[in-house]
Amino acid sequence: MTDKIAFDLVSPERLLLSTEAEMVTIPGSEGDMGVMAGHMPLISTLRPGVIAVSGGTEGDQRFYVIGGFAEVNPGKLTVLADEAVPVAELDAATLDQRIKNAEEDLALAKTDSERAKAQETLDHLKGMRATL
Amino acid sequence: MASLKALRNRIASVKGIRKITKAQQMVAASKFRRALDAAIAARPYAEKMGEAIANLAGGMKDNPGAPKLLTGTGKDDTHLLIVATSDRGLCGGFNTNIVRLAKQKIEALRRDGKKVLILCVGRKGRDQLRRVHGPLIVDTVEFTGVKRIGFANAQAVGKRVLAMFDEGVFDKATVVYARFKSVMSQIPTATQLIPAPVEETKTGGAFYEYEPDEREILADLLPRNVSVQIFHALLENVAGEFGAKMTAMDGATRNADEVIDKVTLLYNRTRQAQITKELIEIISGAEAL
Repeated sequence: MTDKIAFDLVSPERLLLSTEAEMVTIPGSEGDMGVMAGHMPLISTLRPGVIAVSGGTEGDQRFYVIGGFAEVNPGKLTVLADEAVPVAELDAATLDQRIKNAEEDLALAKTDSERAKAQETLDHLKGMRATL
Repeated sequence: MASLKALRNRIASVKGIRKITKAQQMVAASKFRRALDAAIAARPYAEKMGEAIANLAGGMKDNPGAPKLLTGTGKDDTHLLIVATSDRGLCGGFNTNIVRLAKQKIEALRRDGKKVLILCVGRKGRDQLRRVHGPLIVDTVEFTGVKRIGFANAQAVGKRVLAMFDEGVFDKATVVYARFKSVMSQIPTATQLIPAPVEETKTGGAFYEYEPDEREILADLLPRNVSVQIFHALLENVAGEFGAKMTAMDGATRNADEVIDKVTLLYNRTRQAQITKELIEIISGAEAL
């Protein structure tokens, strides 16, 4: 088959994944893109969404990322995510509970900054929920 | 000469101290491993971030539309020092060394007629700086209740700094922390945060396509870089703190051992002297008869 592209997924706290894959789909700020080996050099910011690794050495994997940016070279893709969670670790029941909590937080928020923060959390959680 | 009872008390109390320092040392050792792992795990992100910014900034530096975080405000009047120390003591000269560097910086800047503001991260730094430079301290951030410093903590500090920068409170920001070299040595370091220092890039590397455009990416990356740098400083600090604590507490335990040996020897000697004295009294009393 085709050449594989090296893929690193890094969060500020640790290196989450370092693998090789046939294609990695990333949620670019201006649309999703599939990155394969030989892609032209590119730097893009990310919007919250799902990174899908297909044909990887460890099979297919999916990660939910909250913002960040990606750097593409012909042989290598590096994603620097603000926060990344493997989709497999998300589960509907816990998320629903967290969404409920977040909604309560939003309702209870007093100041504007608190409200904005609660809204942000809620949006992230809903985004995660939608990927399941 | 001290009485036997006083000596016994002394031995007991030093033994108590030894127990505490020993326990502190072991706690520090186990936390140290985790802190070091965290610091190492965070490195790839900071490195990548640095590379990407260097790549972008190379082309933007002379551009008039470049973000202020990169080029600075054009002034050099007010400096913000972010002094990162630990929240807890019992770690030898760790905090003092950081504060000493910060004080040197402050004095040098004031001699040049600049205004200095201080943002303390960590309680110990505030305690030490408050005495001399109290009025300069804008605020203090503490992580006393935080078990493990996460990126979110650093981001909170970063946002504060950025908000102040946007309001034009300061022109340049520097973070002072201790770079972790080994358990024995942590080197107090000052790193400039704003404007972002850009090393000369080796151009001729890849020519990137940008999506969205360069300026927007840079505007997104630079604030993030501030948080990342602060995070990096905090992690190095935590590793350094526990390293220093291990060494300091190890030293303290050894000292306690030494003191116990000395006092025990003195105690035995005194006791023997007393017995001898009593015997002499009895014998000479018997001979006198």
